[in-house]
Amino acid sequence: MSFEEVKKTVTEIYERVKLESLEERDNLINILHAIQEHYGNYIPLEAAEVLKELTGKSLSEIYEVLTFYTMFSTRRRGKYIIRVCKSLPCHVTGGAAVIEALKNGLGIDYGQTTEDGLFTLEESSCLGLCGVSPVMLINDEAYGNLTPEKVFQIIEEIRERERSDVK
Amino acid sequence: MPAVENTIVICAGGACISAGEISVKESLENTLREYALDEVVRVVETGCMGACDLGPIMVIYPEGVFYQKLDSNNVKKVVEEHLLKGRIVKELLYTGPTGEVKEKPQEELPFFKKQVKIATRNLGVVDPLSIEEYIARDGYFALTKVIKEMNPEDVISELKKSGLRGRGGAGFPTGLKWEFARKATGDIKYVICNADEGDPGAFMDRAILEGDPHSVVEAMTIAAYTVGASKGFIYVRAEYPLAIERFSHALKKAREYGFLGENILGSEFSFDIEIRIGAGAFVCGEETALINSIEGKRGIPRVKPPYPAQKGLWGKPTLINNVETYANIPPIILHGGDWFAQFGVEGSRGTKVFALAGKVNNTGLVEVPMGISLRELIYEIGGGVPGGKKLKAVQTGGPSGGCIPEKHIDTPITYDTLKELGTIIGSGGMIVMDEDDCMVDVAKFFLEFTVEESCGQCTPCRDGTKRMLEILERITEGEGTEEDLETLKELSEHIMKTSLCGLGQTAPQPVMSTMRYFWDEYEAHVKEKRCPAKKCKALTRIVIDKEKCVGCTACARVCPVNAITGSVRNPHEIDPEICTRCGSCLEVCRFGAISKVSP
Repeated sequence: MSFEEVKKTVTEIYERVKLESLEERDNLINILHAIQEHYGNYIPLEAAEVLKELTGKSLSEIYEVLTFYTMFSTRRRGKYIIRVCKSLPCHVTGGAAVIEALKNGLGIDYGQTTEDGLFTLEESSCLGLCGVSPVMLINDEAYGNLTPEKVFQIIEEIRERERSDVK
Repeated sequence: MPAVENTIVICAGGACISAGEISVKESLENTLREYALDEVVRVVETGCMGACDLGPIMVIYPEGVFYQKLDSNNVKKVVEEHLLKGRIVKELLYTGPTGEVKEKPQEELPFFKKQVKIATRNLGVVDPLSIEEYIARDGYFALTKVIKEMNPEDVISELKKSGLRGRGGAGFPTGLKWEFARKATGDIKYVICNADEGDPGAFMDRAILEGDPHSVVEAMTIAAYTVGASKGFIYVRAEYPLAIERFSHALKKAREYGFLGENILGSEFSFDIEIRIGAGAFVCGEETALINSIEGKRGIPRVKPPYPAQKGLWGKPTLINNVETYANIPPIILHGGDWFAQFGVEGSRGTKVFALAGKVNNTGLVEVPMGISLRELIYEIGGGVPGGKKLKAVQTGGPSGGCIPEKHIDTPITYDTLKELGTIIGSGGMIVMDEDDCMVDVAKFFLEFTVEESCGQCTPCRDGTKRMLEILERITEGEGTEEDLETLKELSEHIMKTSLCGLGQTAPQPVMSTMRYFWDEYEAHVKEKRCPAKKCKALTRIVIDKEKCVGCTACARVCPVNAITGSVRNPHEIDPEICTRCGSCLEVCRFGAISKVSP
């Protein structure tokens, strides 16, 4: 991916988000969300350079925002981002075993991506589904009432689906 | 067109969706088509009905029969039996703890019966994607009344009469807040909805946005009319994709119907709302941090005063309320402040939505009049603690709150009584804990959260909580000293006094309240190196009783880390080095051969 390509894409996204907004100024977070969505789960560092030119902000101001929020990443992440809730309701209903199962089943720790590029594991603050805790979110889909077995099953199902898609 | 004979309402709240609501609905619709019932049976997806642990749920009207724990297979049976043959499918009805079967739990069960639904009046009733259904439930009537019949002062006076206090956590009187924003001078003013519900264990705002988004749109518009704002923002957590989707849809529809945009309802008044999405930072729930985040900056709190009502978004007067607070506004306008004030008690008027989670039989959302006791909430509505375990404590108020021990469960829940007990109502999360939960572990848990989520701007919160966490880690590892306990107390006091924002000022609360009520547990950890609840890994072991073990291999099969070895029909062994004390083996052993011991 060349800088020119990123520049073109980011500029387009920037203009579009600006148009959609009630207030033109300072909608950096909305723009970053749109960029991340476009690149699939991450924001290339070159995008920050482009935004510097477009917004007139300094690079440090942009990095400051980019690194503050846990949902933004400047590193490529897996096709499926698993966000496992580590809040108290999940903790008291067996969350620790679920987290353990996720780490074992994927063979990675928090913040890491599986070698096949499929999964990235992240911890999440409360997902607001405490009624069916423990809970995790895979991309935009929530899974509740988790047990270690259920976790293995869900991961396996996704892997299976991916394998058949490749074929 | 044939007349609709039955309406089936399916709960499409986040919890039911996670339990498979989508495949249930598809299967239901396919079966209806198969039997050519699709024109006489209407299927409606609605917001959270509250009883999360029973999901997926559906109710068949006009009979009002309540089916629970559905899946794509058993829902076919409901069509074939109930709709075609008129026979109720007993095994899918709610079954009480004593085995009695209930057809209409919504009318008969204490879980539903004791509730008074104001903020959640439309959850489980309307289709959140239908503005017509919202209007059919008097939706946008309050906005019309305000624009046609009331001036801003009337609105503020009704709010004051109602006694409504902010439902986001701090409990500031809403009428007063609106009055400040109204009186603030400025050519531009803003209205914000704080939908950054971050407290662990609270999920009412998510449910309201997903299940009744128009009530928030309507209330924000009323607020804008009252304080003189022309633009509004709703700041929603990125963790709530469904809420964002349904709210966006509501905005679009409200604009189409003339409830938002230029010249609302033909008046001079114009107002519009934009969604801003968070990006994973707990601190953004603090109003000034949220404002910074909308402005495209790091979400760090600002020093107060000035308050947002004077100097908020882009330095302009800004009214900011949370989702549940807004959801209460239209009914207050329609029925009057006195009507709202008849519910609840002095100082805590109206109802409050609580989220029951943790070790309680009926998890989910309940809206009850303020002043109800914890006992009613946990035992009558929540159905008590599962597995015959003993209730130990209830955590309220999230990381800014504390634990209420079992002995105080007859206390009525109000802003003031909970404050006396060393906690807060907060946003209404109630995490129920039983005898298996360690209170030092709970305190540590919240400190971990605070340390991770501290914005890092001020030293007491950034470094102070970190030192507290290190001490708590030492204690739960069995390496704590009595001096550590003293240091914890001192640090707590300093952090509370010197932190910049409300989050830092309350961060030591979980430690303070657990020390206050569970001092003996702290002492057991420090002096005897023992965890009374047998929760802290370093102080606990799992052992297999060779006499009782029959070698069924159930434990070895569920162990996620393969710590259990042994051959069939021979006693198994557990390797304490590998074992993570997750307890999976304990749950599957049918012979009572596995137990936890401490030390």
